[in-house]
Amino acid sequence: MAPSIPRSCDVAVIGAGPAGLAAAAELKARGVASVIVLDREAGPGGIPRHCDHYPFGLREFRRLLKGPAYAARLVGRAEAAGVDIRAGVTVTALRPGPVLEVSTADGLVEIAARAVLLATGVRETSRAARLIGGTKPGGVMPTGALQGLVHLDAIKPFDKPVVLGTELVSFSALLTCRHAGIRPVAMIEPGPRATARWPASLLPRLMGIPLLTGTEVAAIEGDGWVEAVTIREPGGTTRRIPTDGVVVTGRFVPEASLLRTSHLELDAGTGGPSIDQFGRCSDPAYFAAGNLLRPVETAGWSWNEGRLVGRAMADALAGRLPSSGGGVRVVVAGKPLKYVLPQRIVANGAPGSHACFQLRVSEAAAGRLALRLDGAELWGRRLSSLPERRITVPLDVLGAWSTGLAEFVVGKRSA
Amino acid sequence: MHEVDITQPDLFDVAIVGGGVIGCALARRFTLDGATVVLLEKAPDILDGASKGNSGILHTGFDAPPGSLEAACIAEGYREYLEIRERLNLPVIRCGALVIAWTDEETAALPGLVDQAIRNGVADVEPLTAAETRRLEPGLGAGLRASFRVPREYLIDPWAAPHAYLLQAIVNGAWLRRGCEVTGGDFDGTAWRLATTLGSIRARVVVNAAGLYGDILDERLIGRRDFTIRPRKGQFVVYDKPAASLASHILLPVPGKTTKGIVVCRTAYGNLLVGPTAEDQEDRREAALEPETLRALSRRGEEILPALAGHDVTAIYAGLRPATEFKDYQIRLHADRNYVTVGGIRSTGLSSALGTARHVHGLCAAFGFSATPLAEPAWPMVGMMCETEQRDWQRPGNGGIVCHCERVTRREVEEAITGPLAAGSLAGVKRRTRVTMGRCQGFYCTADLAAMTRDRLVVPMAGGGHGA
Repeated sequence: MAPSIPRSCDVAVIGAGPAGLAAAAELKARGVASVIVLDREAGPGGIPRHCDHYPFGLREFRRLLKGPAYAARLVGRAEAAGVDIRAGVTVTALRPGPVLEVSTADGLVEIAARAVLLATGVRETSRAARLIGGTKPGGVMPTGALQGLVHLDAIKPFDKPVVLGTELVSFSALLTCRHAGIRPVAMIEPGPRATARWPASLLPRLMGIPLLTGTEVAAIEGDGWVEAVTIREPGGTTRRIPTDGVVVTGRFVPEASLLRTSHLELDAGTGGPSIDQFGRCSDPAYFAAGNLLRPVETAGWSWNEGRLVGRAMADALAGRLPSSGGGVRVVVAGKPLKYVLPQRIVANGAPGSHACFQLRVSEAAAGRLALRLDGAELWGRRLSSLPERRITVPLDVLGAWSTGLAEFVVGKRSA
Repeated sequence: MHEVDITQPDLFDVAIVGGGVIGCALARRFTLDGATVVLLEKAPDILDGASKGNSGILHTGFDAPPGSLEAACIAEGYREYLEIRERLNLPVIRCGALVIAWTDEETAALPGLVDQAIRNGVADVEPLTAAETRRLEPGLGAGLRASFRVPREYLIDPWAAPHAYLLQAIVNGAWLRRGCEVTGGDFDGTAWRLATTLGSIRARVVVNAAGLYGDILDERLIGRRDFTIRPRKGQFVVYDKPAASLASHILLPVPGKTTKGIVVCRTAYGNLLVGPTAEDQEDRREAALEPETLRALSRRGEEILPALAGHDVTAIYAGLRPATEFKDYQIRLHADRNYVTVGGIRSTGLSSALGTARHVHGLCAAFGFSATPLAEPAWPMVGMMCETEQRDWQRPGNGGIVCHCERVTRREVEEAITGPLAAGSLAGVKRRTRVTMGRCQGFYCTADLAAMTRDRLVVPMAGGGHGA
């Protein structure tokens, strides 16, 4: 038995994925005395635990690893640094203080910390939230569930499923299928082309799986278990594909349910917390890093973000971080831009954990991306992007302003 | 399973066909009144038909047809639920309802509805102006004309209640046979011999509580049907828990001629639901979800509560109500054959079940069988899934949380798959615990749940023999 959970610490990290573990190790390396990482899953490591394929770890360990080995290394490195990792415990409320309410097998406890890092990651949008019609049989599941069944429990839930979506995670689902001897019968994408970049998008062809673009799932069919899906093809014709499973992949959203019921400010664009360039939330004792900030980045990106925000937290505990008050609010003007973060730049743009603004588009966009401060253009460049593609803009294009409203807009190509 | 191991009695007093909320309440009533009871359910678990999907409201019956059997059963069912709920650990959220008029026509209909409520014995309704309504529910959309408040319309847990009724019957001696379809039967003048997919079962009295299959069962057993089931589909959209703070009352529309209309209300589980639709269909089994209809429900929800826009949908579901060509319940006694049909319980079954059970039990006096009520029946407690009550995740010894969205603990899942009313399928585990029913729809907990339930469900989680 592990000793009981400490009721106070310097830093409590919620989420033992790449961002949380990187931040925790960094905090210890910078001399912070007590760092505890809480994870509600049975074991630490986060999503990579059940991504049993390459490529992980190039940035962090300079070698090519599969997800589980990568997760184990992250855990090992944090433990070696002296981080106290507790899995199987669930944070149920965030309170000012900061104080965390935590559900354990032994009931509720409270943990007081000097600072808290939120690193709760993302989840996929469910079949329900996509309003996919038909019946509700078994065999319809997100990639997360499929990978959990295959890699954590060695269960093969179906033999010939369809895979909805063409994001990176969709190809991760294909790899999981291949590993388990599952032969997907189709990959279905409502957009005109695969969302993920080449070479991932080559995978269906290599595996002999038809990639149906411009196609929607009209209905799922089956009583106890999936029997077929009806698809609507580009011309509007419908077709029935017999199948025994539906993997509903991607369209990640931050796992922000704790935030939604807390005092912290949420950003409608990302679905995650609103932060400044140091990763601080609206309550400066709370920080956030990793995919909770936005859908969705790679494990390596999240790891790096965790490390840098961990550094800022160590500075904050040592009283070396500038005040979180005031600053420039950063927003996107609307379509085609989906979100921007950090959402606040404080201390006249002093360098922090985030060196770049991160943006995404919600639809294919081509034009001129510009940054305006209170209506006056500060910066601009050409933009051509697709949904789920990373767009970064150096933070320093904003300059040293202490207040105002900065807005990213996409305009016509000639400005 | 326990229900096939032990030698069952040669002759039951009562065989109840159908494990919906009505069948469960009947099993409880007859058992507590001293009868030996068997409940026959053709699905792998109970609550597989009409009782699978409803809005979870405990109705006062204010809008029932005055003087109808339905009105009487709802009033009695409502009373008994509140009387027994604490001993069975069943929740109630005393939120009240607002019946809201959005058009001139609806406004004109309000006084008649108030009058109807009073005639139904629901005398505490309060007419409200638009401003008074808005003070109670500041989130309501534009175009609100007037309303009246029905203070004693409440929210309950639509699955825990029937489980509790049947569990109490079982721990006091009732039998449950699942996967047991009644295919025929004969009455020999004193008792029935039912032919089922699990063999022959004898009982003095047969009660048809077969819901969506009530007319078919009548045909099979008594060779006639006094009504025809016309399945009426209701689709629902369920929003994530943060949306529950947008309304405190149950927001009811002015009812149309055939249905209660689209309701917006919280659920006992802390979500917000919008629904149901009312769509007649032939199919008694499948209630298909239609994206267009679901989107229309969302839009209607956003008209009623504009702040609902931007909230996440966590679940979509569709239920079938066993409507008939008649308005009222179809409860018919066939005294010459020791047979009762309890049919056409189309949308108020959850509220009326306990009252309907009492009514049916009273009718059976005509068969001349008497039994002595149990002197000291056992009162088992069911699990508490209601968000406003203390939950297991807040208590010691829970084994940790398995389903994070709904905060379902390992101990709760364990209890759902053991005991005299153990779940037979994943659907059964869901209805007992709400596991996988939250915003992630199984993204996080599926693997853990599969490991816990492996080899312990009649219908395995990984589907028709796909477990590797």
